[in-house]
Amino acid sequence: MKIVILGAGQVGSSVAEALVSEQNDITVVDLDPERLRALQDRLDLRTVTGSAAHPSVLASAGIEDADMMIAVTQSDETNLVACKLAHQLFNVPTRIARVRATEYLMNDMVLGKDAFSVDLAICPEQVLTDYIVRLIEFPEALQVLEFAEGKVSLVAVRSFQGGPLVGHPLKDIKKHMPAVDTRVAAIFRGDRPIFPEGDTVIEANDEVFFLAATQNIRQVMRELRRMDKPVKRVMIAGGGNIGLRLARALERDYSVKVIEHNKVRCELLADTLTSALVLYGDVTDESLLEIEHVDEMDTYIAVTNDDENNIMSSLLAKRLGARRVVTLINRRAYVDLLQSGQIDIAISPAQATIGQLLAHVRHGDVTRVHSLRRGAAEALEAVVHGDAKSCDLIGRRIGEILLPKGSAIGAVVRGDEVMMGHHDIEVRPGDRIIIFVADKKVLPKVEKLFQVGVGFF
Amino acid sequence: MVRVGAVLNLLGAVIALFGLTMIVPLVVSFWLEDGATHAYDEALVLALGSGAALWFATRRRKAELTPRDGILMVLLTWLSLPLIASLPLYIHIAELSFTDAFFEATSGLTATGATVLSGLDELPPSINLWRALLHWIGGLGIIVLAVAILPVLGVGGRQIFRAETPGPLKETRLTPRVTETAKGFWIIYVFFTALAAMAYYLAGMSGFDAVVHAFSTLALGGFSSHDASLGYFNSPAIEIIAIVFMLVAALSYATHFVAWRSRSLRCYLRDAEARAFITVLAVSVLGVATVLWWNGVYAEFATALRHAAFNVASVATTLGFSTVDYAQWPIFAPLWMLFLCAFATCSGSTGGGIKMMRALVMVKQMMRETKLLLHPHARVPIRLGRDIVPNQAVFAVLAFMTIYGASIAILVLAMTLSGLDLLTALSATVASINNTGPGLARVGPATTYAVLTDLQTWLLTIAMLLGRLELLTFLVVFTPGFWRQ
Repeated sequence: MKIVILGAGQVGSSVAEALVSEQNDITVVDLDPERLRALQDRLDLRTVTGSAAHPSVLASAGIEDADMMIAVTQSDETNLVACKLAHQLFNVPTRIARVRATEYLMNDMVLGKDAFSVDLAICPEQVLTDYIVRLIEFPEALQVLEFAEGKVSLVAVRSFQGGPLVGHPLKDIKKHMPAVDTRVAAIFRGDRPIFPEGDTVIEANDEVFFLAATQNIRQVMRELRRMDKPVKRVMIAGGGNIGLRLARALERDYSVKVIEHNKVRCELLADTLTSALVLYGDVTDESLLEIEHVDEMDTYIAVTNDDENNIMSSLLAKRLGARRVVTLINRRAYVDLLQSGQIDIAISPAQATIGQLLAHVRHGDVTRVHSLRRGAAEALEAVVHGDAKSCDLIGRRIGEILLPKGSAIGAVVRGDEVMMGHHDIEVRPGDRIIIFVADKKVLPKVEKLFQVGVGFF
Repeated sequence: MVRVGAVLNLLGAVIALFGLTMIVPLVVSFWLEDGATHAYDEALVLALGSGAALWFATRRRKAELTPRDGILMVLLTWLSLPLIASLPLYIHIAELSFTDAFFEATSGLTATGATVLSGLDELPPSINLWRALLHWIGGLGIIVLAVAILPVLGVGGRQIFRAETPGPLKETRLTPRVTETAKGFWIIYVFFTALAAMAYYLAGMSGFDAVVHAFSTLALGGFSSHDASLGYFNSPAIEIIAIVFMLVAALSYATHFVAWRSRSLRCYLRDAEARAFITVLAVSVLGVATVLWWNGVYAEFATALRHAAFNVASVATTLGFSTVDYAQWPIFAPLWMLFLCAFATCSGSTGGGIKMMRALVMVKQMMRETKLLLHPHARVPIRLGRDIVPNQAVFAVLAFMTIYGASIAILVLAMTLSGLDLLTALSATVASINNTGPGLARVGPATTYAVLTDLQTWLLTIAMLLGRLELLTFLVVFTPGFWRQ
């Protein structure tokens, strides 16, 4: 596939990185040649320097025969204009734009075919915000991902000694919770994935991924570890785009404090937020954290632009007594270094946000992709099309489907009904299947399962 | 540099124009043959003559006014119009001194409603109409002052919202042009006055009384054509109508304007000032009614509630009608009412006092200070409804409050120095500077201001003008910097 990416910032480069590895022809456009050179050194792609909203620049990036354009520059307006041009002048079939302003997002007319012709509007800050908000709602979880419009959730949780299920084989789940249908999709012990069978025993400190209907996930978590007190107080370090969105999403239900070091930005935060307390100061200022009782915080979230600041501030907060710290870390090396050490949860923005884009790039009707374990594993939701002749899945029971090694069917959503992926369920057209892929190498094979054979057309 | 010539030129025109309004009582007097016709004849000639002379003498100095000229213009207008307005009273009522006539006219034009006259029922109807008309014209002037002039000069309640905040500007700058907005406000003002007059008439007032009281109510003045004020009618229906229209008049005309434009009442709910005003008033009425009933002033709670509702609302909105002699109530009640009149009305209304807007900013500033003690690094904005009040505006409000407090203190001290008791001095000053009308003790609702000496009357006249011109407009003219280049 030929893909043109506009903007080589954080989002642009991580998108490029994710897509390069999937064998696409990629061209990146940016104003800053330095940034492009750095990207080109690292990845096998073409770069073009110039304004992403100029037709001549787009033309020289080879947009005429591109299959997809992804506009992720800093400016909403540039992205929108680029989409319009790509549609009107160059007939690019798929146009994806990063749009931050809710003003644009709220109105379908703005993004529609007659206006800016955006097929998919993504907002990485919003995705990250939702991600963190869910972590606060479920303080025990390492990650909570939603499928099928929120009907099903995939939850990663670390098992603890003392959880009723810990030390027991998985088949005991039914005995413990007869009313709840759940399925353990994978267990990571250290860095090694284990594909669970009925007699697999959950050990303490395992990272367990399980699927369940969203309303049941609390109950399942209770089996794996003792529950924490619900979160009441939250401190957010950094009032940038993510910090502000987070504070806005949380300030109604939690007591929220935001620390920001830029005075002007502080005023803006104070004006925008109604009940959250805005503090002017440095996120690594120990005395400020002490005065504002960081030791009473249930969750401390470091979301400044700077990895080192986030890490130092989180470590400080943890040492001063914050119950749980969540840290935004861009560099993958740091994430691997710190996750599950002093820092409770390290979030890599690129991994958290890339799923939305990947769903569009994938073959077959993939509606949702979530990256897990920093990109090593993936969970995807795909729709089954066709009939028994054109598609290998339809009419078969799950037990009969030959899945590539390293992948497992987690759940099937049929209309409003959620069924866990037990062996005897028969797949029908229109079903949405949630598949857990622990080994990225087998992804193309999984996608192929969902592609409709030629005979269908 | 202030261009006095240009100001005087415009002032001449304004005086002459104002003189022409005497045609209204003149026609009424001629028609009813109440014997006051000669007063208007002479006053009209004097007003037109002096106005024309002033205009003619300065016709070569005519020029566009700068904001600084505007301040002088406002002050001179509010000094010269009472002078003209006092003429019919001074000429017709033989026993009235010039001091008292000027006080009465100032009280009329500033919509204060403090009177030195008694035996109102026996006065010629045209004189009572003239007094009420002064309120009404004054009210019109207050609205224009609030919308068109004070913002240009940088003072006035709504001015708290300056260009820094985009939100409220939509509300305050209702049309692109100031004159358009002012015209809209006049239409609303006339409309409400007509509605009030009609309602009073239907509730049983005579046509004449209905007009006089409608003028007085909408301007939040307080002159009545009866010594017993609204108590004369002893009608719950009339009292309810009066309460409704005094509330309407004490709300911001900007909010009325938005409601009229959008054909919806939602903007009243959104207006933080209006919400606070209604809440404070409702709590006060219930509180005072309970105090009256508890102390056995009225045996029945319903009666207590009726009198509390009317008199508390009337004083709090700076109208100053009364139905009973509330000075006889337990002292807490009238003191609380006087306290309310200092801040209850909304900015951009015809009411007096510091306005609810400033009171809210003050309260929020106090809350901010306590919060900053606990969180020294916090950034806490002051919010009115959804809008942010810039710090500069908070300082302006604090400065205003200091001047307001100092003005009251100095006036009260001067009044006591001249030999008054403390309660009379304090209540008269507060009632005058807030343009309310009746005070307590010797100047209570059942008595008049005629008992005061000339010096005390002049002090209160100054207090009324000070309050009406929002202090700063008045005081700035007396600073040397104002006259310097």
